[in-house]
Amino acid sequence: MADLTTNIGALRLKNPVMTASGTFGYGIEFSDFVRLEDIGGIIVKGTTLHPRQGNDYPRMAETAGGMLNCVGLQNKGVDYFCEKIYPEVCGIGTNVIVNVSGSSPEDYAECAARIGALERIPAIELNISCPNVKDGGMAFGVTCEGAASVVKAVRKAYNKTLIVKLSPNVTDIVSIAKAVEAEGADAVSLINTLMGTAIDIEKRRRMLSIGTGGLSGPCVKPVALRMVWQVAHAVDIPVVGLGGISTTEDAVEFLMAGACAVEIGTANFIDPAVTVKVAKGLDAWLDAHSCKSVGEIIGVAE
Amino acid sequence: MKSVADLRVNAVERKGDKAVLLRLAASAELRSECRPGQFVQVRVDGAKDTFLRRPISIHHVDEERGEIWLLVQMVGEGTRQLGCLKEGDTLNLVMPLGNGFSDVETLRQKAGGKEPRPLLVGGGVGVAPLYYYGAWLKRRGIEPTFLLGARSKTLLLQLEEFEALGRVCVTTEDGSYGERGFVTQHSVLAGERFTSIHVCGPGPMMKAVARYAKTEGIACEVSLENMMACGLGACLCCVEKTVKGNVCVCTEGPVFDINELTWQI
Ligand SMILES: Cc1cc2nc3c(=O)[nH]c(=O)nc-3n(C[C@H](O)[C@H](O)[C@H](O)COP(=O)(O)OP(=O)(O)OC[C@H]3O[C@@H](n4cnc5c(N)ncnc54)[C@H](O)[C@@H]3O)c2cc1C
Ligand SMILES: Cc1cc2nc3c(=O)[nH]c(=O)nc-3n(C[C@H](O)[C@H](O)[C@H](O)COP(=O)(O)O)c2cc1C
Ligand code: FES
Repeated sequence: MADLTTNIGALRLKNPVMTASGTFGYGIEFSDFVRLEDIGGIIVKGTTLHPRQGNDYPRMAETAGGMLNCVGLQNKGVDYFCEKIYPEVCGIGTNVIVNVSGSSPEDYAECAARIGALERIPAIELNISCPNVKDGGMAFGVTCEGAASVVKAVRKAYNKTLIVKLSPNVTDIVSIAKAVEAEGADAVSLINTLMGTAIDIEKRRRMLSIGTGGLSGPCVKPVALRMVWQVAHAVDIPVVGLGGISTTEDAVEFLMAGACAVEIGTANFIDPAVTVKVAKGLDAWLDAHSCKSVGEIIGVAE
Repeated sequence: MKSVADLRVNAVERKGDKAVLLRLAASAELRSECRPGQFVQVRVDGAKDTFLRRPISIHHVDEERGEIWLLVQMVGEGTRQLGCLKEGDTLNLVMPLGNGFSDVETLRQKAGGKEPRPLLVGGGVGVAPLYYYGAWLKRRGIEPTFLLGARSKTLLLQLEEFEALGRVCVTTEDGSYGERGFVTQHSVLAGERFTSIHVCGPGPMMKAVARYAKTEGIACEVSLENMMACGLGACLCCVEKTVKGNVCVCTEGPVFDINELTWQI
């Protein structure tokens, strides 16, 4: 039994495995398959100040080793979350973290403030990287100024653990990470999905309703891992790694690249119990390699 | 309760040149969870580009043999790979998923106090969930009538099995079996009155039947086949527009009352 605990700033996790936003619902959807309290943290669906219907169907296309999605932040808004969802999830015996999105710094800050008032939500993950809505998200995440403006506004309104989720759809992810660190982010998580498209060759048109979507799944792992390594070596705040993780060995790679915790997304669609399997697998892996704690492997890859 | 299960393939039966019947050994506990109209998410192993699971309806729950049956039409790489399974292989399923067709109580309500006379309409591989529904109703003392449509006789799936279960009306587009034309043109619709209609098949067919039901004032539910990723209500990829906004077909469906949908019919 190795020590699996890890910290994201002031936030303590019983193990480094969390769920990625938008792929695990509110957790409850998976309670038949895993004991939710065995997961290090559950990052719930993207939440916005006002309800959003999301994009039209079709919202997904399968690709080799992954999928494209353009869900477009469908959610019932932050008030619905506070009134209806929070009572359901606040008793889950693990960290429940809300992923927050918006279309202006003020929106983000207001949404964050309302989540901040919920006693048992210890952290938020700021999504400044959604590639699937025109009026928000990624527009902020692709420039240092944009990213900084959102984090600055939210930092004033929110004093618990603030994780900022970065977009890989940029030329230099390190400079964005540094910009959000400078504005007081407690941690960064990366990566969100990579923009892509797919074409139906019989119909001669793009498959997704808005033309493009975000790529996720095992096919993005090498890109994600490279970015995590680069960012972890450039900032002083903790890094949460994700993108294509579906096995224990994948998680070990991200930890060795410098991530202090990981998130699992698309792999939940293939195996709804994957999170707990990876957490248990990490324990076994550390034992087999005579490591007493997960801390011993974080950032060891040169 | 939903679960992930490895089921042994007891038999693979070819059905014409485009479909297979997979008979899977399933425990009494797994079988008891299944409701007609629900589906499973099948993991496809060995296909090069198949990453996501494939949603497939529960075609039948055979209590005598202790099996769950899937009827699979081979349309692409994933379903073709399922067609290559052999006796003794294992298939990994997440199941059971979705809401299912109306239960007996609801059918009685739809019949407005009269004896329920449900019509089960299927097109192509859409007949799959209707077989279990029909058998399930019959065991509960309700006689279903089936109305099945296909392009031609060789594409009619499980015809003998349906005939063993109840009255079957058939249309084929080329007239090679039953009446010529589409299901909505079958004489049974003009001659008899049903208390509810339950449809699964290609979109245009479901819309045509829904139009008929609406005109006649008969309760009608349809089973949708939107593309899915998780099947668990988590990814929001499978949404259908309804009067309540976008809802997940995998959890709030796949069966919807036509009055909930925003179809222009
Ligand atoms: C709730 C539900 C129940 C279903 N029940 C059955 C069943 O009992 N038997 C059966 O044979 N099929 C059923 N389907 C359809 C089946 O899931 C698809 O045919 C299958 O996913 C195609 O996979 P593939 O890899 O063979 O094809 P792909 O290579 O993925 O695609 C081949 C073609 O099939 C189409 N297709 C892909 N996914 C779907 C989908 N979800 N629905 C319709 N067309 C699709 C694609 O647009 C493409 O034109 C059901 C679908 C749903 C959503
Ligand atoms: C269907 C779907 C919906 C998603 N929704 C969100 C979201 O609302 N907010 C967010 O920050 N990321 C969202 N993501 C991105 C994931 O959280 C994750 O960053 C990405 O999928 C890469 O990880 P993976 O390869 O493990 O899935 C979504 C991804 C998918 C596939
Ligand atoms: S398929 Fe994921 S929500 Fe329906």
